[in-house]
Amino acid sequence: MKSLTEKLAILSDAAKYDASCASSGGAKRDSRDGKGVGSSGGSGICHAYAPDGRCISLLKILMTNFCIYDCAYCVNRVSSKVERARFSVEEVVRLTIEFYRRNYIEGLFLSSGIIKSSDDTMADMVRIAKTLREREGFRGYIHLKTIPDASPELIEEAGKYADRLSINIEMPTEAGLSQLAPEKSAKGIRKAMGEVRLRREASREVTHTGKRRAAFAPAGQSTQVIVGADAADDRDVLTQSANLYANYGLSRVYYSAFSPIPDASRMLPLKKPPLMREHRLYQADWLLRFYGFDVSEIASQGMLDLEVDPKTAWALAHREQFPVDVNRAAREMLLRVPGFGVKTVDRIVAARRRGAVRFEHLVAMGAVTKHAKPFITLPGWTSRGLDDQALRARYAPAPEQLSLF
Amino acid sequence: MRQVVLPIVGTVAAWRTEARALAAEGIAPEHVIWHRGAAPPDLFAGDAPKGQGRSLTIPRAALAEIEAALCHSDPERFARAYRLVLRLNDGLVWGDRSDPDIRRMMEHAKSVRRDIHKMHAFVRFREVPSDGRRAFAAWFEPEHHTVEAGTPFFAKRFGDMDWVIATPEITARFDGKLTFHETVGAERPPEDATEELWRTYYANIFNPARVMVKAMQSEMPKKYWKNLPEADLIPGLIRDADRRVAEMAAHEAEEAPARRLAVARRMAVPERPVPTAGTLDALRAEAAACTRCPLHAPATQTVFGVGPPDAEVMFVGEQPGDQEDLAGRPFVGPAGQVFDQEAEAAGLDRSRLYVTNAVKHFKFAPRGKRRLHQKPNGSEIHACNTWLDQELALVKPKLIVAMGATALQALTGSGEGILKRRGQVERLEDGTPVLVTVHPSYLLRLPDPELAKVERRRFREDLEQAARLAQS
Repeated sequence: MKSLTEKLAILSDAAKYDASCASSGGAKRDSRDGKGVGSSGGSGICHAYAPDGRCISLLKILMTNFCIYDCAYCVNRVSSKVERARFSVEEVVRLTIEFYRRNYIEGLFLSSGIIKSSDDTMADMVRIAKTLREREGFRGYIHLKTIPDASPELIEEAGKYADRLSINIEMPTEAGLSQLAPEKSAKGIRKAMGEVRLRREASREVTHTGKRRAAFAPAGQSTQVIVGADAADDRDVLTQSANLYANYGLSRVYYSAFSPIPDASRMLPLKKPPLMREHRLYQADWLLRFYGFDVSEIASQGMLDLEVDPKTAWALAHREQFPVDVNRAAREMLLRVPGFGVKTVDRIVAARRRGAVRFEHLVAMGAVTKHAKPFITLPGWTSRGLDDQALRARYAPAPEQLSLF
Repeated sequence: MRQVVLPIVGTVAAWRTEARALAAEGIAPEHVIWHRGAAPPDLFAGDAPKGQGRSLTIPRAALAEIEAALCHSDPERFARAYRLVLRLNDGLVWGDRSDPDIRRMMEHAKSVRRDIHKMHAFVRFREVPSDGRRAFAAWFEPEHHTVEAGTPFFAKRFGDMDWVIATPEITARFDGKLTFHETVGAERPPEDATEELWRTYYANIFNPARVMVKAMQSEMPKKYWKNLPEADLIPGLIRDADRRVAEMAAHEAEEAPARRLAVARRMAVPERPVPTAGTLDALRAEAAACTRCPLHAPATQTVFGVGPPDAEVMFVGEQPGDQEDLAGRPFVGPAGQVFDQEAEAAGLDRSRLYVTNAVKHFKFAPRGKRRLHQKPNGSEIHACNTWLDQELALVKPKLIVAMGATALQALTGSGEGILKRRGQVERLEDGTPVLVTVHPSYLLRLPDPELAKVERRRFREDLEQAARLAQS
């Protein structure tokens, strides 16, 4: 019989490959009434950072790492020889509450290997969420991973107790998924996402008697895709993301550079992808969602540039569209200037109603003028060097080593 | 010079009172010396020349920012804030970042908010003995004077327990009510056993294959480490990371026993009943895996027809829309609701109809979080004809109703001139009658409400005709 500490070690080690740590956007709750514990609804809080640079916001664990699936990229696949453990419902509840009361975490992120069947597994996970909410009066954040093919009744219940639901799409293409995860089906995963979107929309409609319905996964749904374990390029990855955002209204797509795992399957590539690839995908994802870029614009080459960020890469490749007149250009064009973020652009648009914006004002508005300089003109500054072949070199720093301590 | 002494607890509220009083007396900012806590003897203290008194009105947004900035550790903050509120009363516009006072105030407010955020993140409670409800205590060292502004958060979060957050200057205490007092004889609470579990979690959630120390330190600066129970694990985790990754690489995967794999495989892919060949259910299952045209890839699923296999009337629409694609059933979105209402009004029994689409996958263009409907082209309609033909062959309806040009094209080979052909009955090669009408989504797209009413009535008349034809 393993101790709680031993189980925790095994089942948190097994959960680390899920990148999501978001704890924002949950239903507004607090415990000022003194009858429960916890609050949520504001921006998320990262309570610690691990030396891998990732934030620790939630108690991220698997209920069990026993699994009947054989997904090549996963450390918990049935054919792997990792040590196995299983938490009881009570153990997960106790860990969550005790960690929460000490202000270590914002809540629970519960995932699981699949034991017996999808429904058996999902039912146990729902039981944990239900016990936390109903018996312990827990008002913190709960993120439940939904199990592929779990029954609609269980998903309905999961969405009632959880702030966020997620199901991982795992691979950028259907072919990649069926090759590496033979038991999973991309269509089945997408159907599950569609169901969650429909339920979320239905929960926001008032009933015909004018009452509000119970919230369903108020913090939305997210997914994760593993990058670098199959042959898909960045365009494939981003095309899928744009599709998922449009189809299922996802809050986030997380990218996880395939990371060496203990007892790795021989089907996996020997070389791990550079972490920079993952970083560039996140940048590109942001450009798709907040900057009005299209996948075909930023990933026309198939792979993103590893040396320069995708926005700068686009600007360098489309110099004919610059320099941009900061006082006249449309908001859409300002958003395409390297060194200007969404906030900066909003400030510029607000400020230029009061009078001309000068170069000296830009820093106070949050612009990174060093990056923006060649691409803009405004009083106090004239663009120079746009046609200089060496311009790119100014944005592509010499490679630097990442781990020094 | 006027000396003003602000208390340690309640500094910001006291500053506000003092600033109003000074302004009422008309005392200029350069004639005020501000202190917090005890006032040191000042050679120049005395009274200050009075000017024209006035009352202060400050925009709410500005006041919130100034009060946050007053929690900063900069000793000049009180004087700067007083100067700024007078200038705001003299017409300076709040929000202008080119003004150095405003900009400094905003920067200070920002670092104070960050410090408060870090307090919410890095306070670590330890359980302490208690007679009543559970009690916890923490020792924390903020960078700025943020205890009073930062701890109401904990009162909202930990409403069902007693807690104390002690800092070098002020201690916040909560027992159902939040109070503040100056810290005397601060002591760190003794360790509690759960800390060891937390350290276990911290060590194991770390991924040694992706060490990024800089990213960690920019968010969790070393100055906070001394009060974090997990922080002393960090150097060891970093030191061992490379060795652990090398071990993983060297460790060749061993094959699991074949028997275990076979058992798991049987459990993971449960047997599902196979529908009898030659039925609609079998056709539906076959169509679910259709890849005959590129539309299957971005869509969620094949949306096959629904209805009794012996239905007398078959309705054919264009293609599933956004809602149908998610739900997997045809005619459940806005156009489907129009169809339901009008079919019922026309006296058709909806449960006796077979409803399907010419094209079985949703064609759309993604735009942010929406999907814009796109018309299927000839080759897509052609690719999907195989399913429609088989549906017709199995259901053998007495009457087909073609709704919209796409359905008409799929059924008769041409969708041209739909508005001229509507209301008429055409025939398939085998003689099955096809009643032509518009697609219900056409009714939803008409911008002119009068025209929409007229068209909706005509649509109902078409459905009434269908009901008559079905009975004859």
